[in-house]
Formats: sequence, structure tokens, C-alpha cells
Amino acid sequence: MSYFRAENLSLHFGGLKAVDAVSFAVEKGEILSIIGPNGAGKSSIFNLISRIYPPTSGKIFFEDQDITQQPPYDIARLGIARTFQNIELFENATVLSNLLVGRHRHSSTQLWQELLFMPSVRAGEKLHRRRVEQVIEFLDLEPYRDKLISGLPYGVRKVIELARALCSEPKLILLDEPSSGLNVEETDDMSFWIRDMKSELGITVLMVEHDMTLVNRVSDRVIALNYGRVLAMGSPSEVQHHPDVVAAYLGA
Amino acid sequence: MRFLFKTDYEDDIRLFPHSGYIYTYGLLLAVLLIAPYLLSSYLMSQLVFVCIYATVGVGLMILTGFTGQASLGHAAFLAIGAYTAAYLQQYNVPFPVYFLAAGLLTGVVGALVGFPALRLQGIYLVIATISFAFIVEEILARWESVTHGNEGMRVKTIQLLGNSVSRDGPVFYYLCLAVLVLTIVGTLNLLRSPTGRAFVAIRDSETAARSMGINVALYKVKSFAISAAITGFAGVLFAHKLSFISPEMFTLQLSIEFIIVILIGGTFSLHGAVLGAIFLVMIDPFLTYLKDDMPGVIAGVAATFGAGTERAAHIQDAVAAFASANGLKGAIYGIIIVVFVLFEPLGLYGRWLKIKLFFQLFPLYKRATFKRQKIYVKSERNR
Repeated sequence: MSYFRAENLSLHFGGLKAVDAVSFAVEKGEILSIIGPNGAGKSSIFNLISRIYPPTSGKIFFEDQDITQQPPYDIARLGIARTFQNIELFENATVLSNLLVGRHRHSSTQLWQELLFMPSVRAGEKLHRRRVEQVIEFLDLEPYRDKLISGLPYGVRKVIELARALCSEPKLILLDEPSSGLNVEETDDMSFWIRDMKSELGITVLMVEHDMTLVNRVSDRVIALNYGRVLAMGSPSEVQHHPDVVAAYLGA
Repeated sequence: MRFLFKTDYEDDIRLFPHSGYIYTYGLLLAVLLIAPYLLSSYLMSQLVFVCIYATVGVGLMILTGFTGQASLGHAAFLAIGAYTAAYLQQYNVPFPVYFLAAGLLTGVVGALVGFPALRLQGIYLVIATISFAFIVEEILARWESVTHGNEGMRVKTIQLLGNSVSRDGPVFYYLCLAVLVLTIVGTLNLLRSPTGRAFVAIRDSETAARSMGINVALYKVKSFAISAAITGFAGVLFAHKLSFISPEMFTLQLSIEFIIVILIGGTFSLHGAVLGAIFLVMIDPFLTYLKDDMPGVIAGVAATFGAGTERAAHIQDAVAAFASANGLKGAIYGIIIVVFVLFEPLGLYGRWLKIKLFFQLFPLYKRATFKRQKIYVKSERNR
């Protein structure tokens, strides 16, 4: 059985088939990229997995558990974290508190304990902070700890979003266009981090990406989508030379 | 300038980041504790109202400032707290019991209001909370067997440990102060733990909050409940301070006054709730001054600048008519809100931070430090 599996996943908006009977599987510890022209349904698949939209039909399995009907907040608790294409950070909070929100699934304190700030809450806060610091170190975010998000440049925000996802110690991470809006150097950094996430932290990565250099560098396998359907699946070079994929990008 | 060298994660957790805070707040507390021996009874009464309004302000700040859910129904929560106290008092329930009962009951009602509010956002939520407030007002007026309808209810003095606590005495003031301080400390504790961060996360992006494992519905209901409970506690004190309550005290205008408290004070800070309460309580003496002294003063000024006695008397009458016009209070509230939203969106506390920074950086302060910037990174939100 695969680690993560989507079976005949469909999402229809009226007559528009944003995702049309897509099936794929992610093996534990691999980096799988989803590519495709604009509007191919890549981000929609992510939104289905994180349950922002309920699927029209089909099923999603994670660690052999059917998660199609789980409420959205449970997805994170199962160990699936995500980033967004158009950064969704908590704008009026500091970087540190953004990252600490990422730790939410690990907090277990009760409201009354928090009101009194019992020792268990304090101990929990310190533990969370220690984990957050590890992520900060991993992603070189030391200069920004106490800065407000609203004052930070786009490239940094992108990294902070990744950091927030990592703070939840996910087993599977969904990266929605990790390199969009980044310059060449920042994209380089990103590709190193994605590979380190796999090799050092043992996280399985599913990502949507347009930048083929980045895709070629990091992916173990690639899925190409168009009009909500899977065109090709395989190693990066196989997929890139697949006649259907070439036709989809360049026109037949 | 002071530089803080952090050596422990504890440095970011503690309530007072450095000793300066302890001295300032210690001094403030000391002044507040000896205040009954320094101030006139009129000022003490005003100070009690500041404490009560600030408590409500903190409650509303949790909901509106930190969770991002607007409410124009807090007068109703205050009313529920006040009426619960007045009702239970008739059956000789001791003060600590009905104080807690009022808070709990208001909290439960708050949670119940929170449920339908889950699907509403922005202006629709405001409308829903206004209608809730009207419903409560109407119930208070009609449910005569419990609330005595429009006749209102008399609230007896507090009996605490065998002594009666006069509503004008220092003990009642200490009680209000203690409730305010405990509320603030509790809220600060909440804000530095996971629940408080979840509130802020919901305010800034519900989608992201959800994808980080936050049960948005649950936390919104929690926020409503906590906010309402705090307002309920304040309601008990409010009832005792006024010693008489009737439905027309808990109108939309009171809810708007609470909005003024947090808006004028500064929407994202607890300091703001207290500063806003002080500001609001000061409006009434200002209006009295406007009514009593202003016409004479203006007429006097006019007379010195050569207006005849007759004309000066005329001016005095005109100004007096203006100052005692119906609805002047509402108009002043409106003007204050508009001015603050336009020119000081961070409120009095934001202004205080700017003044503080000016002195910290003196003489290097730059005017552009707080220049509002256009934000270009603006993304579409999935809802």
C-alpha cells in the first residue's frame, strides 16, 4: 500500500471539471512534483487534500486511513502541512508567533490552565519554542524572529510560510509553488531546503511547481496535469519528453 | 535606549520584559491603591466606572481586537450579567456565588450567540449581534415575572463576609479594580498560550489557521464565550454601582460606547481597552462643562472683543441651545470615531508608543518612522 493515495479524485464546479478522476500515489520519503499549464487543476488538488473544498467524488488515503471526510483541522493533526500559492501568513503577528501557531497541533493544554498560565503551559511553551528555534536555524530565519510579517519582503514571507509548515513536524508536506516570486538565488536556497527536508527531516514532499529547473533538481517523480486529467507520470525527464506533455505546453 | 539581551526562552514568555515594567506598573498600582484617600468621591465614582468599562473593553478586545469578530451586542451581555445578579440577590444568594453565576451564565449565552455567528463575517456579524442585543432588550422589558419589565430592578448593596459594601466606598472600588486586574492578567496569560495565538490566527487568515490544525469554529465559540463571560462579570459590578437597572440602560448606544472604548484606545492592545475606558468616562464631564460653563465663557470672550451686552447675551443663548441639544452626545461619539479611524487608526495606545519612541530615540527620531505605507503584497483569500 502506498503512503498517500488519491483515487479517482474529482472536483466539479457546475460543468467545469477542475479535477477529473485523478489517481496518484506518493511513496514514503519521496519528492513528487505536479506540473501543468495554468488552470490544470494543480492547486485544486491541494485544496482537496487540505479539505478547503470537499471532493465531488473520489477518495483520499493517508497512511491507509480514509481522510476524505475528515474535517479540515484534522488534516494537520494527522501530519499533513501545507503552504499556499499566495502566502497566507498572519500579517499582524510576529514571525515567532506565526511559527508558534504551526505548533498548534502539538498543544494539549486546557483553557483554564492557560488562563492561570499553569506550569504545564509554561513548560509546553518552552518546548514549542525549542522546536521553533530548530526550524528557524534550519531555514536561516534568525534575523526576523521579532519582526511583524506586514513589514517583510515577499521572499522572506515565502520562507516563513515554509517554516510554519515545518513547525508542525509534518509527515507529508504540500508545497504550492514554493518558488513563485523568488529570484534565482532564493530559488536555489529553496531547492536545497526541499532536498534537506527529505534527507534530514524524513518528510515526504508533494509539490506544485512551474519552475522546471527546480522540478528537475529535486523531484523523484513528476505528474503532468492538463484540464484536470493526468497526462503523464514518471521521472522528470520522461515526463518532459512525453508527447502529450509537449503538446499541452506548446500546442500540438 | 535600553538593549535587552535575551538568554533564555523565558525572556519571551514573562509578562514584564524588564525591570522597568515592574517599577512602572508597581507605581501605577500603588497610586491606584491609595487613590481613595486622595481623590474626591466624585472622581472615585468616575474611577469605578473606568474599571468597569475597561473590564468590558478587555472582553470586547478579545473578541474584536484579537479574534477579529465584530460585536455590537455587548450591552446585552452586560445586561444579562446585571440582571442575573439582581435576580439571584432576591433569594439571598451570597455575592461570590451570584457573581460567578452571572459570569458563567453570560459565558454560556455568549457561546450560544457564537454558534450562528460562525457562518457570518464582517457587516453581517455586526447585524446579527445588533439583533441579538435588541432581542435581549425586548426580553428584559417583557419578561416581567423575572425582570420587572420597564419598572426596572433595585440592586441591594453587596454583603461580603458579613459587612455591607457601599457602592461609593473604597472597598467597592478595590473590588472593581481587582476584577479588572485579574481580567487583564488572565487575558495576557491567554494571549501567550496556544489559545490566544489561535485567536490571532483566525483574525488574520481563517484558511491558514485551519490548515495549521486550528478548529476555527471551536475557537470562535470560545472567544465569544470568554468575551461574554468577562462582560457578564462587569455587568454585576455595573448593576451594583448604579443600584438600579432597567432595560433602557442597555441600549445600542451602550454597545457603541464599548466599541469606542476599544477603537479609541487602540484595537490590538489591552492598554487600549484601559485608555479607551478613561477617554469614554471623561466625555460626560466634558459634556457637562459644555453645557454649564461654555456659553458663559464664549459670551465673555465675545464681550471682550467688543460685542455689546445684548449681543453677548444672544451668543450665550445660542451656544447654550447648541450645547444642550438632544443627540449632541451621539454626534460627538460619531465625530470621535471618524476622526480616530482617519487619523489615528492605532488609537491612543498607538499615539503613546510613538511618543515613547520619540523620547527613546531623541534627538534622532524621524518623522517617517510611522508613515503609513501602501501595502502591495495583497493576495486573494480563499474562504
